[in-house]
Amino acid sequence: MGGLGSAPLPPLTADDHVTGPADRPLAIVYADFECPYCALLDLRLRRIGARWALRHFPVRSKHPRAWAAACAAEAAGLQGRFWEMHAALLADQGRLEDPHLWERAERLGLDVARFDADRRSEAVAARVTRDFRGGVRAGVVTTPTVFVDGVAHPGVPDDAVLARLA
Amino acid sequence: MSVRVLAAGTPVPSFSLAREDGGTFTDEDLRGRTTVLVFYPFAFSPVCTDQLNLYEEVLDEIRAHGADIYGVSCDSTWAQRAFRAQLGVSIEQLSDFEPKGATCRAFGVLHEGGFPQRALVIVGPDGVVRWSYQAPSPGDLPGANLIFDGLAAAAAA
Repeated sequence: MGGLGSAPLPPLTADDHVTGPADRPLAIVYADFECPYCALLDLRLRRIGARWALRHFPVRSKHPRAWAAACAAEAAGLQGRFWEMHAALLADQGRLEDPHLWERAERLGLDVARFDADRRSEAVAARVTRDFRGGVRAGVVTTPTVFVDGVAHPGVPDDAVLARLA
Repeated sequence: MSVRVLAAGTPVPSFSLAREDGGTFTDEDLRGRTTVLVFYPFAFSPVCTDQLNLYEEVLDEIRAHGADIYGVSCDSTWAQRAFRAQLGVSIEQLSDFEPKGATCRAFGVLHEGGFPQRALVIVGPDGVVRWSYQAPSPGDLPGANLIFDGLAAAAAA
């Protein structure tokens, strides 16, 4: 596991979840599926056609279902539907209990039994933990936090920052 | 006016803070343990994921370093208790309500506005400050990474 002392922002890796047009500058976003500001950020990034990598930063005392939601997105990702689950989670943040997650998995055409086993698996937990710990070490303290050119912008970024991603 | 948090190597002054259960927490309570004191300006500050929520998420690892952690503000114990309940965190809160800000002043973190600067202080088992950090402004939330930097520095001191 290693410690949690300060370290640079982890560079993009092949298994990071990236969306948006390839010709745009890449932002790295630390977010939590139960955070309303993260849903707002997602809308704004989509509206301007930004490109970003999404990393998990679930803080359970604040958002009790954020961890489960992050694992659900990863489990959907194992069936090639990460971003579809991402959208389905952010679209209805008040419904994140297990039956709601199964419902989404079914709606997305996933193998629900496999989805349910995967989202509780050690591999998925390790993937979410990796994102969280990398964020902590890079100084992330709130969601969302958007890194543009390696500089952290906590909260929903203002128009000047968003303009650099458009 | 520029107050600065107590630097590493400084013995902790005598102080007394109120605990949520009505008891007191003094410099004597720092003896024999590594302690992380988290000074924050106000209960109920309107940020989405609060500093204390993040520290709660890594609480087990802070304790694995043999350290205890407390939040300190000038709010009353009643406000702190309600704040802690609202955040859903277990980190004990210590109140510098009366005489207001006396402990914060002794630690060099009392803002001229009458509230603590956002600061972290790590005190060794011998009652000496081992590491400290003061945020550039009350709106800047110190990451949990800084606590672990501090605990590493404290262990090496």
